[in-house]
Amino acid sequence: MSPKRVVGRRVRKVDGLKLVTGRTAFTDDIDLPGMLIGKILPSPHAHARITRIDTRRAKALPGVHAVLTYQDVPRVPHTTAGQAWPEPSPYDTYLLDSKVRHVGDRVAAVAAETRAIAEEALRRIDVEYEVLPAVLDMEHAMDKGTAVIHDEPDSTGIDDASRNLAGEIHRELGNAEEGFRQADLVVEREYRTPRQQHAAIEPHIVIAWLDADDRLVIRTSTQIPFHVRRQVAMILQIPVSRIHVIKPRIGGGFGGKQEMVIDDICAALALAARRPVKLEYTRAEEFTMARTRHPQVLRLKMGVKKDGTIVAHHMKVLAATGAYGGHCTTVQGNTGSKVLPLYRSPNLKFDCDVVYVNAPPAGAFRGYGCPQGFFAQESLVDEIAHQLGMDPIAFRLKNAIRQGDTDELSAQLGEGRKGLPRLIRICGLPQCLEQGAAAIGWKEKRNGGVRRPGKILRGIGVACSMQGSGIAGVDFAGAFLKLNEDGSFNLQVGATDLGTGSDTVLAQIAAEALGVSLDKILIYSSDTDFTPFDVGAYASSTTIISGGAVKKAAEKTRDAVCCFAAKMLDASPEDLTCRDDRIFAPGGKSVAMSEVAMFAFYKEKTQVMEGSSHFNTDSPPPFCAQFAEVAIDTETGQVKVEHLVTAVDLGVAINPMQAEGQAEGAVAQGLGYTLAEEIVLDEAGRVVNANFCDYKIFTAKDMPKLTTILVETEEPLGPYGAKSIAEVPINGVGPAVANAIFDAAGIRMRRLPIRPEAVLAALREAGAGAKARPGAGAGAAR
Amino acid sequence: MPRRTTHRAGGAKNAAGSGRASHGAVNDLVIHVKVNGEARRWTTAPGDLLLDVLRREGYWGVKRGCESGECGACAVLVDGEPVNSCLMFAAQADGRSLTTVEGVADRERLDVVQEAFLDHGAVQCGYCTPAMVLVTRALLARSPHPSEAEVRETLGGVFCRCTGYKKPVEAVLAAAKAGGGERSRPAARRAARAGKGARR
Repeated sequence: MSPKRVVGRRVRKVDGLKLVTGRTAFTDDIDLPGMLIGKILPSPHAHARITRIDTRRAKALPGVHAVLTYQDVPRVPHTTAGQAWPEPSPYDTYLLDSKVRHVGDRVAAVAAETRAIAEEALRRIDVEYEVLPAVLDMEHAMDKGTAVIHDEPDSTGIDDASRNLAGEIHRELGNAEEGFRQADLVVEREYRTPRQQHAAIEPHIVIAWLDADDRLVIRTSTQIPFHVRRQVAMILQIPVSRIHVIKPRIGGGFGGKQEMVIDDICAALALAARRPVKLEYTRAEEFTMARTRHPQVLRLKMGVKKDGTIVAHHMKVLAATGAYGGHCTTVQGNTGSKVLPLYRSPNLKFDCDVVYVNAPPAGAFRGYGCPQGFFAQESLVDEIAHQLGMDPIAFRLKNAIRQGDTDELSAQLGEGRKGLPRLIRICGLPQCLEQGAAAIGWKEKRNGGVRRPGKILRGIGVACSMQGSGIAGVDFAGAFLKLNEDGSFNLQVGATDLGTGSDTVLAQIAAEALGVSLDKILIYSSDTDFTPFDVGAYASSTTIISGGAVKKAAEKTRDAVCCFAAKMLDASPEDLTCRDDRIFAPGGKSVAMSEVAMFAFYKEKTQVMEGSSHFNTDSPPPFCAQFAEVAIDTETGQVKVEHLVTAVDLGVAINPMQAEGQAEGAVAQGLGYTLAEEIVLDEAGRVVNANFCDYKIFTAKDMPKLTTILVETEEPLGPYGAKSIAEVPINGVGPAVANAIFDAAGIRMRRLPIRPEAVLAALREAGAGAKARPGAGAGAAR
Repeated sequence: MPRRTTHRAGGAKNAAGSGRASHGAVNDLVIHVKVNGEARRWTTAPGDLLLDVLRREGYWGVKRGCESGECGACAVLVDGEPVNSCLMFAAQADGRSLTTVEGVADRERLDVVQEAFLDHGAVQCGYCTPAMVLVTRALLARSPHPSEAEVRETLGGVFCRCTGYKKPVEAVLAAAKAGGGERSRPAARRAARAGKGARR
């Protein structure tokens, strides 16, 4: 194969110029004549029935153009989860309902001429509630006698609504109990993970209006424009053909916008008012009315032989989906299917209950169930390696899945149905461990899990993880190319760039296949009228699935170009090659792409244009090894991460600069998850920290030194060998830090986020058990 | 100080492009500001935030992230100093000189800072980028060769959820090295840009 000219290069983002100059690029960067402001009346109660609602005083307010309650809109059970049809999530959600199920749930919505008028209108809606007992503790949500959150008769797909059980999963490969009997050592531990919020800097925002043909236009900050079109059509009971969804640049998504959060209500307001309506969440609404990561309680039990061979592993998960069940079994299914198979074991068992609670709904979030699972699993294997006296890296390498293996659990745990087995065609995990270990100083810096005297304790830790690249047999994408007179190409894709740089990556793939420079590819993405279908940006799918579609479409286009060039060059099409914006015959004679274009247009009267679709029946996992170096202040309990190394096997990096950026961003979000981020509810189910002062995300000042190592392998199923990168580096941050804390201080932190007070308590408890060793004064200054 | 207008037919007094029905009421204030070097006369209400007025007047690069001074996405320069425009009443800007991201590049060329952000992959979704570019400009004006700690202190006021800050920090340091802090010296700036251009 000839050397690549565009793929593999650290090129600038194709949409970078408009972003760096602040030009109008985002949803909110337009003004429409007569545009109204939409607002939602949030429920003040965690669980209540609306017994009376009177909107007359609101409607009478000058400047108010629409007021909607459940009495005014169709009642269509649906899920807001942005998933391929038929969605595996329960249909348990309504545009507006007579029952509210969390503080912040929709009670009513208004559209008015200004924000002030809209807010005043909300105050003028008179509501009487029958307050119901709130179910807030997921560990008691299924108890007998507990209030039932989804007692409506028309919801479907709920596992057992009477027990608040949204979904459950039970799978076993081999026989775990038998495996534990054969083990020399069995360790069982419990882990807890928090409700994290995506905190994209651009809040959810939608502008909806009727165009001159009375079609509903939805301009929205979304990862799933085509799912939004289908869902809104269903909820508002209008044909898909009457809806046009446009996704401009979006200010971060991270899974929070893999959800139809406010598109439906904004569209309903626009239809009711017959004027453009803008609905934008405030930061507080993001924390209370958007989506979160599922909090989990995980109980893991692992059996090993003396030599470190894993013989059985049983993971039990209890998760809370909040008030609605979007993504409930798929996120938690991932906690099993993407985590357990990282280590070979003849006996694997996964049990999971996902329960409703009266809290903000959970949903998709970068990692999609894996950060929870890997925190538990990587903490446990570290503990077992320590108990066996084995090096944690050696233990992992001994048991890790490898090239040629087949992960059968994925066949049992598909996207809400039976899945497909995963064949590991390529695996760079050993290289990730080796290169990452060298970068962190594994041999020199390990402390060994003993508490030494001194104010500051230092240690290092490791964690491994994997993810997928698209959902096997489910995700698919379309791409379309057409040639212009100057030899440039319009590339139209349904794929959704949420800031990840996928427009750039897809343009690079097209340029490579067509043998043209990157500036000859004019990409336009995510518009349901003007681009082909794509499931959307999630499940680490865009590079491999949408990229696969682009490569196929570009190759077909290249073949079409060559047919015309062959006539011009008097050669046969299959002998031609495209590079440097020219088409070459074997003898070296060539024509420019622009000349071929003019020939095709004006001599042959033909528009060169080709489209293609793509899907995979397998989901090649990217692999990741992460290493943390920490310093613990024994007086305050503060854990400072000083260095975080990420070595990731992503297949071939189409754009290494962007790939590194994905890893580094995932690490920042992972550090927040590990040390700071948690939505806290009070006893009434209200979010008490719905702002950036009380919900702390990492800033430039908080970040440790980051080292990112791209371990490139060539994945046969990916375009130019690419797999994926966006999600996997968030998975190992928590356990790498927790394992480093153990290495430094001999304490195991099994709950995220790891707060200073918990570290301090653990240090005291450990210190009370075994007084710090005397006579090691020289080490104090370490 | 802002001048209070009389109330009659206030709508007509609105600055061009304002178009907000709520304006033109009793308490309208006329303010005079310089935005990116150009004099502007705005009619505002006393409670109007600088953020809202700037966006209303077409400076779309000013972004809304939290409206409470936490995330920094709405940062602009007021007399050269970074200010969260969601924490400032428009009236407080009367008589001041404002810089938004629209004023950073000149007509033909990007600023050194903008070039560095693109070259170093410091832009992902781009929502915080205008604020990052502006606070960087203010930093380099004050401290042409900042340490990494100074850069992190400066960028610490602008939240980014995409990049992990590594590439933005590298971009700022690279911009400083390329003479981004010598903006007032055109020759140095041209030289820096020539060097940049050659690499492109």
